[in-house]
Amino acid sequence: MRGYETFCMSRIIIEFKDVHKSFNGVVVHNGINLSVREGEIISLLGGSGSGKSVLIKELIGLIQPDKGEIVVLDHAITGMNENALIKLRGHVGMLFQGAALFDSLTVFENIAYPFREHLKLTEKEIRKRVAEKLKLVGLSGIEAKMPAELSGGMKKRVGLARAIATEPEIILYDEPTTGLDPINAQRINELIVELRRKLGITTIVVTHDLHCVKTVSDRIAMLYEGKIVAVGTWQELTKSNIPAVKDFLSGNICV
Amino acid sequence: MLKNILIPIDEACKRVIFSLGQATLLAMKGLGGIFIPPFHVKLTLREIDNFGSGSLFLVDLIALFTGMVMALQTIYGLSYYGAEMYVGSVVSLSLVRELGPVLTSIMVGARVGSGIAAEIGSMQVTEQIDAMRALGASPIKKLVTPKILAGMITLPLLTVTADIVGIFGGMIISLFELEIHRTFYINSVLSTVQMTDFVSGIGKTVFFGFLIAVIGCYFGLKTTGGTTGVGRSTTITVVTTSILILISDFFLTKLFLVVF
Ligand SMILES: Nc1ncnc2c1ncn2[C@@H]1O[C@H](COP(=O)(O)OP(=O)(O)O)[C@@H](O)[C@H]1O
Ligand SMILES: [Mg+2]
Repeated sequence: MRGYETFCMSRIIIEFKDVHKSFNGVVVHNGINLSVREGEIISLLGGSGSGKSVLIKELIGLIQPDKGEIVVLDHAITGMNENALIKLRGHVGMLFQGAALFDSLTVFENIAYPFREHLKLTEKEIRKRVAEKLKLVGLSGIEAKMPAELSGGMKKRVGLARAIATEPEIILYDEPTTGLDPINAQRINELIVELRRKLGITTIVVTHDLHCVKTVSDRIAMLYEGKIVAVGTWQELTKSNIPAVKDFLSGNICV
Repeated sequence: MLKNILIPIDEACKRVIFSLGQATLLAMKGLGGIFIPPFHVKLTLREIDNFGSGSLFLVDLIALFTGMVMALQTIYGLSYYGAEMYVGSVVSLSLVRELGPVLTSIMVGARVGSGIAAEIGSMQVTEQIDAMRALGASPIKKLVTPKILAGMITLPLLTVTADIVGIFGGMIISLFELEIHRTFYINSVLSTVQMTDFVSGIGKTVFFGFLIAVIGCYFGLKTTGGTTGVGRSTTITVVTTSILILISDFFLTKLFLVVF
């Protein structure tokens, strides 16, 4: 693990500036401020329903904030039109909470999907790259399977293979280990670290898994009552005297 | 007192108008996708298959029995004037102008519309729609446009078969009840039903097909709240589709009568 100091030097590639969002009058984000530096792994903590998924969906323009600005890879994505967003999304991979594999398509077609959308590749080239990605997540040879035939952990890994298919500069994980057994969870954690090591990919991990937070992340951000109440390394956060942070890190909060 | 009644009504109206606006926007985007590349021909063919082949038997079965019961009732009604011989004219005219298109659309609306809402709704609650967008595809172009196109192509074709089968059903009854020879029956059909009758009937179904696809997609995409949400979406799709088909049928019929 690289020290946090390494990243103080690199440029900021994701920035939330005073982002507000509410659904039907219910406030979810009440002024989010957060910067992520190139190549770092940042964990996003927060209770269920605190708006973590919404935050990472705003990052790729799946949800538009009501107010504020989000800058990704030097593009202000707030108010961007759908075509420009589609282009930007080629640079950002996302692993959804339930993997969100297309259940009408085979594993092969799922991973080939971003290739078909973003790149003009020959069928042979696609086949090669899909096999390559599956190998990376340790699931070689399951191209012909349907998502319904896979276990939860395998689904997550296929979802991961799909998310990194276009070799994005940024990857977002939404609760990658939730609902998995410890062995599968550990494997996913290792993959997260390995991908960053191999590809230098900037990573945001939404998680409840404190073990994952501790072993994987360079920095941790804590979302509470619509705001990022604390950002820092594990050591810094454990010394924090903000009650919400203390409760969360000691496991006293119901997540 | 009055406030307690008026405020909820006001809010309900606002909600309905807002939904109408959203659905119209979706319909326009979906229609726009027909003319703007890339075109997903394969997806559209699959939707046509889904709309058409599964519904064909159902629609024609209903048409057969509707034609037969129409003939029974018409013979009874016309017998007051001693005009039973013209059963073919009455049955074919009502089938081609009205019953064929509307019954077909309502049946397909229930069968396919609910299917569309369930498919898109479950994709929505499992984040597959988000995933689609995240991977650089447009759910409108990949899901909505093919379904709208399929609806607009398939419903007229289904209706043509329903018209024919329905008229045939009328013929069987005329034969058994009145021993009207089939040549006489067919001649009375052909001399009554004009091109405008046919066009006004089939023309409506192009719109109904569009309506079924848009409503299914709209409620599917709006689904929230897990699997129970999917159930809610399918129910409201069937109800809304049936109501809107009957209401718009009235206005379309009036429009055709004015124009032709
Ligand atoms: N598309 C949406 N429409 C309405 N409400 C939403 C939508 N997405 C999320 N919410 C609401 O926003 C809140 C935060 O959701 P989410 O970000 O999914 O929480 P979590 O932190 O558990 O990931 C929840 O109360 C949820 O009901
Ligand atoms: Mg979430």
